Amino acid sequence: MIAAHGLSKWFARTPVLADVTLEVGAGQCVVLLGPNGAGKTTLLRIVATLARPSRGSLTVCGLDALKEPQAVRPMVGVVAHGSYVYEELTALENLRFWTVMADADASRARLLGALQRVELEMVATERVRTFSAGMKRRLALARVLLGRAKLLLLDEPFTGLDQRGRKWLSEFVLAFKAAGGTALVATHSFASGLAIADRVVILHDGRIVADRSADELSSDTLRRLYDGLTEAEGSTG
Amino acid sequence: MTTRMLGWLALLGLGGGLVAGFGYAPREVAQGNVQRIMYLHVPAILTAYLAFALVLIGSVGYLATRQLRWDRLAAAAAELGVLFTGVTIISGSIWGRPTWGVWWTWDARLTSTAVLLLVYVGYLLLRGMVDEPDARARYAAVVGILGAANIPIVHFSVKWWRALHQPSTILGPEPSPIATPIALALLVNWVAFTLLFAYFLARRMAIARLEEHA
Amino acid sequence: MTAYARRTWIVLWKDLLTERRSKESLNALLFFALLLLFLFEFALGPDRERLRAALPGLLWLGFVLSGLLGLGRSFIVERDNDCWDGLRLTPGDKSAIYLGKLLGNCAMMLAVEAVLLGLFGVFYDLALGPVLAPLVAVLVPGTLGLAAVATLFAAMTAHLRARELLFPVLLLPAQVPLLLAAVSATQAALLGQPLSEVSHWMKLLIGADVVYVVIGLLTFEFVLDA
Repeated sequence: MIAAHGLSKWFARTPVLADVTLEVGAGQCVVLLGPNGAGKTTLLRIVATLARPSRGSLTVCGLDALKEPQAVRPMVGVVAHGSYVYEELTALENLRFWTVMADADASRARLLGALQRVELEMVATERVRTFSAGMKRRLALARVLLGRAKLLLLDEPFTGLDQRGRKWLSEFVLAFKAAGGTALVATHSFASGLAIADRVVILHDGRIVADRSADELSSDTLRRLYDGLTEAEGSTG
Repeated sequence: MTTRMLGWLALLGLGGGLVAGFGYAPREVAQGNVQRIMYLHVPAILTAYLAFALVLIGSVGYLATRQLRWDRLAAAAAELGVLFTGVTIISGSIWGRPTWGVWWTWDARLTSTAVLLLVYVGYLLLRGMVDEPDARARYAAVVGILGAANIPIVHFSVKWWRALHQPSTILGPEPSPIATPIALALLVNWVAFTLLFAYFLARRMAIARLEEHA
Repeated sequence: MTAYARRTWIVLWKDLLTERRSKESLNALLFFALLLLFLFEFALGPDRERLRAALPGLLWLGFVLSGLLGLGRSFIVERDNDCWDGLRLTPGDKSAIYLGKLLGNCAMMLAVEAVLLGLFGVFYDLALGPVLAPLVAVLVPGTLGLAAVATLFAAMTAHLRARELLFPVLLLPAQVPLLLAAVSATQAALLGQPLSEVSHWMKLLIGADVVYVVIGLLTFEFVLDA
């Protein structure tokens, strides 16, 4: 699904990613962990074709993402910090906009169906300006559902969600996987990450410092591994 | 190596141009010695046009290939273009003072040239305000293409606008008809300016490349 | 409808809906138009004849100033919630987004111009009725040209800190030919002359419009960085 080799990125002279090589097979969920500034968001953005690496190669769904980003985009669903929502529009109107932009069927029934799956059908005609962060994120997931995404890219999706919200999101990702989708999720939350992960990758100072199967890890071992790696690498300020 | 040779050639050319302009070419009957400023003014604007053509080429080249050296070409050419256009306007103004009695007049050619200057100064300001190299190159390229496409439109609109208000004689430091020694002196100066431009361009682009990799 | 036309339409629909709900831009712009009227009167009055003579220029000055204010904000709404990234990720020809924005901007500018024209008519006692058709024939291409370049530059400056400075600095030199043509043609229209007498200006206007819109359509994807 994703084959990244030697991805490096620097802004001005500051390196943000250094020689990242990562492969994610279809139907897998890989969770990216790492402290702030580790490069998780940058990596996700590059895979999403929202940013270009300074060096390296990237294949997504069998296509060269650097040469043909337009071909890759329909297959990728992105839910980042900003949820791509227009505040003055209602939930339905937002979905209608993005679905038409994606050249997909935007019939009211289909849009309502997506809202039902993310449990937002009660506020379908409310303006998004009144939504909480969690609700906006769910709306973003509805948007992804209405497209043809095979790859889900989530950047800190559990932030700002309560216990119930986290559980809901975990179930969503697992259902997405069960339907044949692949997911790459960046998060700070160990518990939520482990709940959905097949593999855990730890990023530090722009490098991959660990890549383990989630079966081998419990919450404690992961914590110890994480602390060890992110401290041992030394603080770079 | 070639750049330095270019520099020497340019210097030689300028020397020749000076001699041609002040020594060889005759003193103009009607306007006197101040007419000699034409040997600066006309080559300057011609070189400016060359510069802006290169801005267009660099802009299209960058959008087509996404290789930054095209952007370096466009940026360097724009800087030089603004410089030479400034020289054109100032020399025109210096010529205008004793000839027309004013520093500035809104005649068609001066106005068009001034608008040209405004467009490319805007281009440089834009470049100055965007930090990220790729975004800067993209935005500059679009402005460069639009600016170049606008040049003929500006030319005609200003010409017709002046025709409305002042269907007058040709205003410009160019005697007509042009005698051979004057034409020759012009040619020498023009070649010299083009060499100088090429030298500056090569140098500026080299500096830009160094800045990027520093 | 083709997919392209659908996307153009949905962008236009979104912007019109957003504007109607937030009422941010249009109301303030219309009020600004009224203020301009006062500004011109105070700066150039009270000689009525002088103002009337300068009317075509003042009208277009008013339009361009309103445009500087209103059009620079075209992509502001896309900055929230990373919608800009969302737009970058949409499939197909990105110029549909440009076209949708352009149509929305034209609609907004024409609304402001209609109000400004009406205000001028009232305050300076102009008989606009008989000259309305030729006036509109000049206003539409003039506005299209203004909006075409402004939409492109608005997208470019949307993310820059110096947006308020850079947008006018880039737009105004590019508008010179349009302004010259539009003012001349408007003057002819107001004097009741048939537009055929200023056909060269009209041709310039329409020719310039074609150039600007085509460049906008072709280069928008580079501005969006798709």
